[in-house]
Amino acid sequence: MAKVALFFVCLIPLGRLIWLAFNGGLGANPIEFVTRSTGTWTLVLLLITLSITPLRRLTGYKALIRVRRMLGLFAFFYVCLHFTTYIWLDQFFELASILKDIKKRPFITVGFACFVLLIPLALTSTNAMMRRLGRRWQQLHRLVYLIGIGGVVHYWWLVKKDITQPALYALVLALLLGYRLVVWAQARKRVAPPSAPTSPTNFAPHK
Amino acid sequence: MLIRRPADIKPSEITDPAIYHQRREFIKGAAAMSALAALPLRADAAAKLPGVKKSTYTVDEALTPLNDITTYNNFYEFGTDKASPAIQARNFVPRPWTVTVEGLVKRPTTFDMDDLLKLPLEERVYRLRCVEGWSMVIPWIGFPLNEILKRVEPTGSAKFVEFTTLNDPKRMPGQRSPVLDWPYVEGLRLDEAQHPLTLMVVGLYGEVLPNQNGAPLRLAVPWKYGFKSAKSIVRIRLVEKAPISSWMRATPNEYGFFSNVNPDVDHPRWSQAKERRIGEFLKRKTLPFNGYGEQVASMYAGMDLRKFF
Repeated sequence: MAKVALFFVCLIPLGRLIWLAFNGGLGANPIEFVTRSTGTWTLVLLLITLSITPLRRLTGYKALIRVRRMLGLFAFFYVCLHFTTYIWLDQFFELASILKDIKKRPFITVGFACFVLLIPLALTSTNAMMRRLGRRWQQLHRLVYLIGIGGVVHYWWLVKKDITQPALYALVLALLLGYRLVVWAQARKRVAPPSAPTSPTNFAPHK
Repeated sequence: MLIRRPADIKPSEITDPAIYHQRREFIKGAAAMSALAALPLRADAAAKLPGVKKSTYTVDEALTPLNDITTYNNFYEFGTDKASPAIQARNFVPRPWTVTVEGLVKRPTTFDMDDLLKLPLEERVYRLRCVEGWSMVIPWIGFPLNEILKRVEPTGSAKFVEFTTLNDPKRMPGQRSPVLDWPYVEGLRLDEAQHPLTLMVVGLYGEVLPNQNGAPLRLAVPWKYGFKSAKSIVRIRLVEKAPISSWMRATPNEYGFFSNVNPDVDHPRWSQAKERRIGEFLKRKTLPFNGYGEQVASMYAGMDLRKFF
């Protein structure tokens, strides 16, 4: 039930765009508006997906894990819309100029790389693939850390001057990744020297 | 010994916390108000400018709708978001207003805005190309900058003209954040400033210039990227050396002094080959000097425009 509700919540950004489009609400430069909006929601959903594990550990609310895949797939959904807006509405399928952009514009290079890296993650998100890949599934899906960093860099490099917004995303990402680093370091400390005292924060073993 | 230093900020200038904590409500209220007010984005009913002659310096292209020109603005003094100048400049009062023209001139003069409005005004439809890759076609109203320059008589050593925007964070809320090194400064070479196409703008679409477009007085230099056309100008200084503009200071490798529209010289981070004309779906090719090459290219004869971008 909660999952169904979340599904529809994740569709709100798209619904808003459609509503605005039919009501002349996309402003003077609608294509830019749609590109920015779909890009923003990709990044937001990526960060929300990355926050599930820390939230689950900090709150002990294990059921959260059940919505992680859907959130990740919605990030992929919005990046597909973002990419489509770029190649269709913005560049109008001019392959030469798209390729030149990807090669020459660092922010597009990074953005495109992240989009490509998200594809295998989306493809291997099924239960069957998880079983088939076993341990390697988790290794593969750690790519999402790199994609998160790339996504923020993509945004940062595109901004002309006022970096307030990308800096906020960078801060959230730093917290989410920093949390994992701390957990990892503590787990290592606990494992390595046998005499070391156990940490008071007793995290569940990494699964 | 106790040395007492007066506080930088007078207590009277500090916002009462009670008011400060209502800021979100205030913004929400303002947003709701603007949504209600919808189309006329100026507080006062726009005043018509009388006696405007149509100029021959006009392009025959479809005009960008007034609503787009007044709601999609780069005017960092009123926020970095394109929608924010229309909202944040709403209550800006561009009066009383004077423009001081000084520096290497024989007759330094401070002009009152209301006297400048008595100059013969003309309407010119110009293309405007933003460095971000979009463009508009705008029916400006104004007079050639050279009308002012002739009156102050530049001396022989004057080589450049520096334009300074009002610096008043109380009236221009965007200046409270250090996005750029305030005040906004721009510059032209003297011959560029004297060129007949270089227009001092006081209005658009037949009416007094809307606040968000640089009221009460701005430049329009149609063959250069939009940021060269400084807004809300309070000072014009004739100088010997090329002024360092705000954008050059902010990111020297991305913005040069000339900033002529040039499809062959990309911005380091994005292409300048094409532009999206606001209101059009497909991008169009950007023209050298924004299509004004015939009038202005000779000023740059022999210059390497890749080097002097």
